[in-house]
Amino acid sequence: MAAPRPYTMVAEVTYKCPLRCLYCSNPVNYHEMRDELTTEQWMRAFSEAAELGVVQVHLSGGEPMVRKDLPELIRHARSRDLYTNLVTGGTMLDEEKLKRLRDCGLDHVQLSLQDTDRRAAELVAGVRSYDKKLQIARLVKTIGFPLTINVVLHRLNIEHVPAVIEQAAELGAQRLELANTQYHAWAHENRNALMPTRAQLDRTEAVVREALPRYQGTMEIAYVKADYYSDFPKPCMGGWGKSYMVIVPTGEVLPCHAAHVIPGLRFDSVRDQSLITIWNDSPGLNAFRGDDWMQEPCRSCPKKTIDFGGCRCQAFLLAGDAAATDPVCSLSPRHDIIRNAIAEAERGDGRLIYRDTGNSQRLSVRLREPVAR
Amino acid sequence: MGDPVTHAPAVWRPRLAPKARLRWDEIEKRYMLVFPEAALMLNDTAPEILKLCDGERTVEEIIESLAQRFTGVDRQVIEDDVIGFLTRIKARGLLEG
Repeated sequence: MAAPRPYTMVAEVTYKCPLRCLYCSNPVNYHEMRDELTTEQWMRAFSEAAELGVVQVHLSGGEPMVRKDLPELIRHARSRDLYTNLVTGGTMLDEEKLKRLRDCGLDHVQLSLQDTDRRAAELVAGVRSYDKKLQIARLVKTIGFPLTINVVLHRLNIEHVPAVIEQAAELGAQRLELANTQYHAWAHENRNALMPTRAQLDRTEAVVREALPRYQGTMEIAYVKADYYSDFPKPCMGGWGKSYMVIVPTGEVLPCHAAHVIPGLRFDSVRDQSLITIWNDSPGLNAFRGDDWMQEPCRSCPKKTIDFGGCRCQAFLLAGDAAATDPVCSLSPRHDIIRNAIAEAERGDGRLIYRDTGNSQRLSVRLREPVAR
Repeated sequence: MGDPVTHAPAVWRPRLAPKARLRWDEIEKRYMLVFPEAALMLNDTAPEILKLCDGERTVEEIIESLAQRFTGVDRQVIEDDVIGFLTRIKARGLLEG
């Protein structure tokens, strides 16, 4: 089967990050993955991506500003006519660095904010960062970049969405992403602290519905639903290995940020092979392309071409089988897992596990222990 | 979309928003409009319209310019095409002015 054309690449250039966000999507054992690609290896990956048809590169992490060669990488991506987006926490930026990135051709900046409330924002980020982030948001606009603000939503900040929308508009964002937490990686560890209630979600969705037409044409508001509370799963990544790829700091090419949690899949690295060969032939990318892998109830479901059975990583993480129907789906025989998770989160346990090296070391040990399912 | 006065063809002077980039796509052999999180494949006329959106020309002047180039096409068709396309992408925040 010929692989479809990829349009988007997320280049996770490093897992290093000064923030310690509770919902971080980097793998919990990130500290074991320190052998990062070189400048030349990234540049080759960008060239091959452009050849494959990729049009957008999101330079992400970790904190991409940790990489000293970022300006060079951006310049190279632009020379291949790739649209470049810096996905950043902002705390390592300053005016000089932003100007340098602009001169290298950076197209767009996506800045994460945690909350409009300083104390709550810093509780979630795990470090002092609130003032600096707002300062950087203003600087990004002054220097003339288009700005997307991304706010991950969870129980601790979801009530502040009206203020978040106002703040984003005041900062001059052209796009605001309000993304409910996806419970993978660190967010999965902190699920009981982060999961909103049904009542919180209903109120928030009403606020967003009301705000959408008010900002139409000036600030796009993209709302990502809370899938634990949905009847049907999201069409994860628009389909596995279909139009989207993630290259992790060590070079493996994944269909999404989380796929290395699935055991038994082989993902190849741009260190060893060309991205073109990997995109077409990598067994990990081919594992869930199309729908031959599906089980019931997905196999005979009319929605299978719409949601592709949901998220493979979530199916593995929750049901222990990456080829199962995403338990989020109300038709899944394992949907009880979701109901139980919501009930467990309502009881809460007050535990917060920050994304940092110490916790990563501890969680890596746990990953190596055999797990009874 | 937009204010009917400031977006009337005689006074509306659209320009591509800084976040959007018009690029030639070598694979599809068509122009594409790329912006954060998405890309639009364009038909043959859309890039001709966008190349005239410089923030100086009014929509009326853009229509006039295209009508002079494409003499075989009915002017009303050009007018509907231009206003329809610009209104759609304005609603997606891809135009300034």
